[in-house]
Amino acid sequence: MLTIFHYSFMIRALIAGVAIGIVAPLIGTFVVAKRYALIADSLAHVSLAGVALGILLGVSPLLGALAVSVIAAFVIERLRSDRRVTAEVALAMFLSSGLAIAVVLIGLSNKVNVDLLSFLFGSITTVSANDLWLIGGLTLAVLATVTCLYQQLAYTSFNEEQARASGLPVNLINQVLIILTAVMVVVSLRIVGGLLIGALTVIPVAAASQLAHSFKQTAVYAVLIGLVAVVSGLFASFYLDLAAGGTIVLTALILFIVAIILRPSHN
Amino acid sequence: MMSNAAIELNHVSFSYNHEPVLTDISLRIESGDYVGVIGPNGGGKTTLMRLLLGLLQPQEGTITLWGTPLPRFKNWHSIGYVPQRVDSGDFRLPITVKEVVSFGAPRNNKIATAAALEQVGIADLAKRGLRELSGGQQQKVFIAKALAAEPKVLILDEPTVGVDIAAQDDFYQLIARLNMEQRLTIIMVSHDIDVVVNEVSKLACINDHLVYHGLPKNFIEKDYLSNLYGKTRKFILHGH
Repeated sequence: MLTIFHYSFMIRALIAGVAIGIVAPLIGTFVVAKRYALIADSLAHVSLAGVALGILLGVSPLLGALAVSVIAAFVIERLRSDRRVTAEVALAMFLSSGLAIAVVLIGLSNKVNVDLLSFLFGSITTVSANDLWLIGGLTLAVLATVTCLYQQLAYTSFNEEQARASGLPVNLINQVLIILTAVMVVVSLRIVGGLLIGALTVIPVAAASQLAHSFKQTAVYAVLIGLVAVVSGLFASFYLDLAAGGTIVLTALILFIVAIILRPSHN
Repeated sequence: MMSNAAIELNHVSFSYNHEPVLTDISLRIESGDYVGVIGPNGGGKTTLMRLLLGLLQPQEGTITLWGTPLPRFKNWHSIGYVPQRVDSGDFRLPITVKEVVSFGAPRNNKIATAAALEQVGIADLAKRGLRELSGGQQQKVFIAKALAAEPKVLILDEPTVGVDIAAQDDFYQLIARLNMEQRLTIIMVSHDIDVVVNEVSKLACINDHLVYHGLPKNFIEKDYLSNLYGKTRKFILHGH
């Protein structure tokens, strides 16, 4: 057996990695289609404030991240649909404020917290058994929701106004998608890190769109590319002692370049 | 009086930020009508369409759809909408013709999708990517998407923008066939007055208020166009 499987923390990291490899590019397919790719990045930064809050209050940082990013998801979508500010401005505001709150909260705790650093860039050694239950449950919830609402999510991502004219509850569907994005962020936070999640939702989709022919195929290819990136990134991280999140994102980037080279000429 | 009206507007007014766009519009569209909606840019044509689609609510007046007031209307699948092609042809991810048409079908019904593709004559394009198609072909895809919901009214917003002349002829033939054979009520916004007056059975001219509503023939004979556009224009009426 490979030495990687001798370590229970690595087995937990690989299980969490498979969840991330599926969920991040799957949700990424819809948000990229909506030209809303920065949402994952913004919510990931906001979730760091939740992590800091969790550490400060002595509860699970992932639960803190879940609560804060879901609330932020609601507020961002509300601001966007009310047209009080443009989507771009809402995302930029939340992105920087999330990080600002995280920094201030950590300052309040009067100690330099190493744990927060692992949430910024990801770490393969920190996935606990409890985290794994949470990640597993959230992943199943995301998959079930996307399976049930695939057609509505795809139509709304394709063209919001047409979907609305067809009588779809577009605001509700957007709300569901942004909450799925918040959940995806929490699933990915431990291993990929808050600063790098955005890349893992966008790059596999960008790579898949070079090769796929249909929307469904784009989602499937994106998930496959995401899985290859996460698992090979974790292996590289373990054997070469590289930073996990960074290695995963760089692997995805290499796959994107390969996809560009392989891209059929007619596309 | 029993009404055969598909759509009825009674004294409808709408403004954007206190700027009136439509004032006191009363209009009755009968089942089976083929209505062309014309008027100058900024005259409120698109706003009128958006009101009929329930995307905007009138500030004054009422709209009824098959006798049901708009706020209580639920059967949105009865109204097919074909947007301007430029709004939807630039989707950034790969998507096939069949996938787009299936968005229109209730509960992703495969039979309705296949029937709509067949009706528009693009069954052979089902597996092609939307981006690979010409403007005229893309427009047919959006018509098929609208038909997949089995609507009673088809609303088209500037359907021939970005479609070449040969494909436009083909397109107008298709719309006429849907109107005649399927008894589909058609409402078509267009800037192409010369073509529209030859195609439609009724004409509605909108410039803030309803300038004219009636047969295209009477519209041409009278002096409505100079009222509408403030300049002299000549029509070529084809012999039919």
